[in-house]
Amino acid sequence: MQAGKPILYSYFRSSCSWRVRIALALKNIDYETIPTNLIKDGGQQLAIIEYLEETRPTPRLLPQDPKKRAYVHMISNLIVSGIQPLQNLSVLKQLRQENNLPWAQKAISSGFQALEQILQGTAGKYCVGDEVTMADLCLVPQVANAERFEVDLTPYPAISRINKTLLALEAFQVSHPCRQPDTPPELRA
Amino acid sequence: MTESGKPILYSYFRSSCSWRVRIALALKNIDYETIPTNLIKDGGQQFSKEFQALNPMKQVPVLKIDGITIGQSLAIIEYLEETRPTPRLLPQDPKKRAYVHMISNLIVSGIQPLQNLSVLKQLRQENNLPWAQKAISSGFQALEQILQGTAGKYCVGDEVTMADLCLVPQVANAERFEVDLTPYPAISRINKTLLALEAFQVSHPCRQPDTPPELRA
Repeated sequence: MQAGKPILYSYFRSSCSWRVRIALALKNIDYETIPTNLIKDGGQQLAIIEYLEETRPTPRLLPQDPKKRAYVHMISNLIVSGIQPLQNLSVLKQLRQENNLPWAQKAISSGFQALEQILQGTAGKYCVGDEVTMADLCLVPQVANAERFEVDLTPYPAISRINKTLLALEAFQVSHPCRQPDTPPELRA
Repeated sequence: MTESGKPILYSYFRSSCSWRVRIALALKNIDYETIPTNLIKDGGQQFSKEFQALNPMKQVPVLKIDGITIGQSLAIIEYLEETRPTPRLLPQDPKKRAYVHMISNLIVSGIQPLQNLSVLKQLRQENNLPWAQKAISSGFQALEQILQGTAGKYCVGDEVTMADLCLVPQVANAERFEVDLTPYPAISRINKTLLALEAFQVSHPCRQPDTPPELRA
């Protein structure tokens, strides 16, 4: 309903949900969570983040400069189209159980290898320059996935550094999978 | 390439991601140079050192424009939209824009990556077709439902948007993978309407510099 609080259908562990939770936290938008683990993961979360950006523009999640925006979109899409869909649950379920880990690790390493290279040209304190952007919202949850799949992050120092810097920010903390309404007790922070 | 030169598009005739960008360039009347990148020949030209330096993701399309190099088709299209805003590819209304982004992302994240060459190569040959068909049907089932609420003449309302640029190449992929499109009448109708437009014709895989003779229109 139009006048009520926004309602987010979210799964605590879903990297796609986490991206949106970070955006809502950064923009100080109060919302209601309906926990669900029936979400079909997909990049539609970028559509949500873009809508939030256009209707609640402060603070900015996209730079004003079109070239910097292009880098933000490029990095965001690299993660949400190039990495995450290949390692999400609905894909892994279609493979033999013993192939899950290598498959996911390959998808993530491949993508992180490319991302690490791109960051050489775009990163400042964060993925693109020195302000938090949509690219950073995509990065942190993907690094969490990488850790869950036991991907060695040593080859990706820029990704690691930026991830660490971002995790110290309140919006990334409060939205963390370990602090959600549906976080199981044994995983709760 | 010099800053004052034409934009350069690294494209494969058959790549649906490349086709999306070709449509955008055609709609916006942007003159550009194509550097064909064959994804199969020589083990895949996208794996060459030179191409990797250009796009570390080793994927097409890549656009060199205004002194920058952009990978990821939606990032390219958004940049074109912001710097060459006529004609519009995104509605002004934020809610309609959200629908355009939603549909575009459903296709470019939810369907295409699951059925692209690099993924299929990792599966057993005999599993390729069922896998690709499942990815596409799954996505099209969702999309057909979404279109009930958003479509007019095109995916969102009555103007061509970025969602339409994503739809047509994905339908072409569906046809290549022999997906039965009968369950998706809205998708079929909109696809047919779009294919009649010049920008979708001139950018078609059958009319590219690298289209093999036997597939040329």
